[in-house]
Amino acid sequence: MFGLSKKDGTLFLVVIGMTLFAPILLNPFPEGSELAQFNAGYPDLMQRFVIFGIFAIGFNILFGLTGYLSFGHAAFLGVGSYAGVWMLKLLTMNVVPAIMVSVVVAGLFSALVGYISLRRSGIYFSILTLAFAQMSFALAYSVLTPITNGETGLQLALDDPRILGVSQVNGSIPPTNFFGFEMRDGFTLDIASWSFTFNVGYYLCAAIMLIAFYLSIRIFRSPFGIMLQAVKTNQQRLRFTGVNTRPYTLAAFIISGMYAGLAGGLMVAMDPLAGAERMQWTASGEVVLMTILGGAGTLIGPVLGAGVIKYFENIFSKINDNVLYNWFSFMPDALQDAFVFMIHPFIGKGWHLTLGIMFMLVIICLPGGVVEGGQRIAKLFRRKKSGPADSGAASLPNSTPAE
Amino acid sequence: MKVFDKGVSRRSLMKGGVALTAGLAAPHFFTRSAHAYLNEPTGSTVTLGFNVPQSGPYADEGADELRAYELAVEHLNGGGDGGMMNTFSSKALKGNGILGKKVEYVTGDTQTKSDAARASAKSMIEKDGAIMITGGSSSGVAVAVQALCQEAGVIFMAGLTHSNDTTGKDKKANGFRHFFNSYMSGAALAPVLKANYGADRKAYHLTADYNWGYTTEEAVRTSTEAMGWQTVQTVKTPLAQTDFSSYITPVLQSDADVLVLNHYGGNMVNSLTNAVQFGLRDRMVNGKQFEIVVPLYSRLMAKGAGANVKGIFGSTNWHWSLSDPGSQAFVKSFGSKYGFPPSQAAHTCYVQAILYADAVERAGTFNPCGVVEALEGFEFDGMGNGPTLYRAEDHQCFKDVLVVKGKENPTSEFDLLEIVEITPVAQVTYEPNHPQFAGGQLGTCNPGA
Repeated sequence: MFGLSKKDGTLFLVVIGMTLFAPILLNPFPEGSELAQFNAGYPDLMQRFVIFGIFAIGFNILFGLTGYLSFGHAAFLGVGSYAGVWMLKLLTMNVVPAIMVSVVVAGLFSALVGYISLRRSGIYFSILTLAFAQMSFALAYSVLTPITNGETGLQLALDDPRILGVSQVNGSIPPTNFFGFEMRDGFTLDIASWSFTFNVGYYLCAAIMLIAFYLSIRIFRSPFGIMLQAVKTNQQRLRFTGVNTRPYTLAAFIISGMYAGLAGGLMVAMDPLAGAERMQWTASGEVVLMTILGGAGTLIGPVLGAGVIKYFENIFSKINDNVLYNWFSFMPDALQDAFVFMIHPFIGKGWHLTLGIMFMLVIICLPGGVVEGGQRIAKLFRRKKSGPADSGAASLPNSTPAE
Repeated sequence: MKVFDKGVSRRSLMKGGVALTAGLAAPHFFTRSAHAYLNEPTGSTVTLGFNVPQSGPYADEGADELRAYELAVEHLNGGGDGGMMNTFSSKALKGNGILGKKVEYVTGDTQTKSDAARASAKSMIEKDGAIMITGGSSSGVAVAVQALCQEAGVIFMAGLTHSNDTTGKDKKANGFRHFFNSYMSGAALAPVLKANYGADRKAYHLTADYNWGYTTEEAVRTSTEAMGWQTVQTVKTPLAQTDFSSYITPVLQSDADVLVLNHYGGNMVNSLTNAVQFGLRDRMVNGKQFEIVVPLYSRLMAKGAGANVKGIFGSTNWHWSLSDPGSQAFVKSFGSKYGFPPSQAAHTCYVQAILYADAVERAGTFNPCGVVEALEGFEFDGMGNGPTLYRAEDHQCFKDVLVVKGKENPTSEFDLLEIVEITPVAQVTYEPNHPQFAGGQLGTCNPGA
C-alpha cells in the first residue's frame, strides 16, 4: 500500500487514524470535570502537536539517519516563519504561497549553513550550527529590525499592501485562509458532556504532516536513506571505499532544513506572528529533546516526543495552586496544604522541572525513547499470547545515537 | 535518489487529491455564529485569563501581578475588604462578581516571549473560554498578545508595558493600557532634570537594543533636547549583556556630563552598578557634577541595585507611599494579604482588572464591543493616580506621572524610592497623532462572532 512494506503501511495507517481522530482522542475527559484540565483537544495545541511533529520528523532525517547533531535547527524554522509572514503581508492571506515560500527560503538558508557547517563533523559541526542559529537570532532581534520587527515580532497590520487580497475588512485584518476556508473556522460536536472541536487549521496541518511523514518513510527506506545510515555507522570507511559523503549529508541537511521551514510556514499560517525567540538556542535544543525523547532514528518517535513536550509546556504550565486546592478539596485543610506544598514545585512555572525529570527517566530507563517503551510493552503482550516473536514495531535497527 | 520511482501512480495520486478536495469542500460550520460573541459566559461564572511571566527575566514582576489579580478577583467576588473598589469613583460594581456571575480565572506563563505568550493566551481563549486576557511585563509580549486578542475577539487589558508602540503604532481596538509610556516619562522627567541639573548639559545614552529601549531613548532625548540639553552619543547595548564595563569606558572619554540608562530590570541593575563602580558619580566634567538618570524605575529594580540608586532620578507609574485614599486602601489590603507593599506592576494589573469589570457592569454585557464603548473616553478617580481618562483615540490612560529619586536613607527594604514630584496630567498629555505614536490604526472592535 502506497508503495510501503506491510509494517510501514500499518504504521502509516495508525498515524492517519490518530491524526484524523485527534480531536476526540485528545479530549477524553468530559467538560467541567476535574480532569478536564488534562484535555489537550483544543485547536491551538493540536496544531502545535502536528507542526512540531513535522519539525521533529525533519530533524530526525538529519540526526536519526546521519548522526549529525544540528544545534541550530530553530534558525530554519524562524527564517521560514519570517518568510511566511512577509508573504501574508505582501501577497495574500491564502496560506499556500506563504507555506511554499517558507519552505524555499528555509531550504536556501540551510544550503548556505549546511555548506559551511558540514565541513566539520561531530561536536564541531554542532557548535557551528549553534553559532549560526545564535547569529540569526541576534540579527533578527536587533540589527534586522526593519525586516523582523525585533523583539516585538513581525505581525500583520491594517495597512499591509496584500497585492492579491484585501488590506482590511471592516477595520479588521482578514483571517488566514486556504482557498476560502478560514483557518480558525470549525465546528464543535457536543456529545453528552463531551465537547469535541474540529478545526480547519488543524486538519490542514494534519494533512501536511501526513504527507511529510510519508515522505520521511520513503526517504528512510530508499537507497539514499541507506547511504545516510552508512554515514552514521562509519563515515571513514565510506570515504575509503571512494564514496564522497558530502553531497549526501548536505542533501539530508537541506531536506531537514526545508521540513523546519515548512513547520515555520505552518506556524504563521495558523497564527500570523513570527517572534525572534523562535530562533533562540533553547528552541533548537527543544527539537533535539523531542527527537531523543521519542526515539532518535525511529519513524514515529520524533512525533511522539514533540507531542509529549508540547503537552507538558501547555497543560502542566497552566495548573496553579488554585486548581490543586480544588483537586484536594475533599481532604482536611492541613493535609490539603501539605499535598499542595509537595506538588507545587512541579506544576505551573515548574513544568520544566517535571519535564526534566521525565526526560532523565526516559533516557536512563529507555535509551530508545518512548518508542522503545512501546516496543517493550508490545513484546510483553505478544510473549504471553504466542511465545517469542520478533518485535514488530516499525523502527530501524536502533543503534545508539551517535555523538 | 530513487524515492518516487514506484508506488505512487498517477491514479492513486488523483484519487487522493479528489478525496482531499471532497473532505475540504464539506460544509463547514461556524462555532462562533452560535453566540453573539466569542466565549459568551452562559453559566453562573465568568472566566478571566491572567497571562503573566512566571519564568524568565521578569518573573518577579509576574509573581506580583498574579498576587494583584488574585486580590482583585477576591474583591470582585465580595471577599476581603474591597480595596480600591471602595474609593473608585464608579459605583457600578456591587461585590457580587461581574453582572452577577462569579469571577473565576486561569493563569498562564508568558515566559516573556511573544510566541509562548500567544500560545498561552490562545489556550485560555480556546480551551478555558476566557472572555478577557490581561497581564504581561514587557512591551513585546503586550503588543503580540494584544494583536492576538484583536484577531480572536476578546478584550486585552495590558499589564506593565511602557513602550510607546503599545498604544502607538501597534494600538488595537480590543486593547487597553493603564500603564504610562516612554513619552510620558520623558515629559515628566525633563523639567525636574532641568531644575536640578541645569539647562546646559551633555547627555550620553546607553539604550537596551530592543523596541522599548528605542522609544524610551527617543522620548527622553526629544524632551531633554527641547529644554537645551545636547545629546553627545547614543549607544545600543545587547539585551543579554550582563557586564557593561566596555560601554562605560567610552563615557569617561567623552565630554558628556549626564549618563541616561535606557535599561530595565536586570539590565539596569547591572549597568548602574558598573557605572557607579567606574566612579562616574564622583566625576566632575566641565565644572559640573556628573549625573546618572534612569527613565523607568521600579521598586524591584531599586532593590536589585541597592545603595547605587541613592539620589538617582527616574519616573514611575505609581508608588506605594502615595497618600491618596485609593493608594492607601490598595496598599492596606495587599499588605494584609501578602505581608509587603505592592509594586507598580501589581497596581496597574489590579486597576486593569477592576476597570474591566466596571466597564462590563456599565455596559451591561460581556460583549467586547460593548466593553470597548464603555471604556473609551471613560473618566474615573480613586485608583491611586488622581483623575484619569481612558482616551478613546488610542486606548491610553492619561493620569499624573511620578518622578522619583533613590532614597538616601531607606528605612526598610521596600522604602527605596522617594517621590520628588507628581507631574500633573496636562504636562504629559500629547496629541494622538504625535510623531512618536504615529503610524498605527485602532481598527474596529472585534467580538469574535
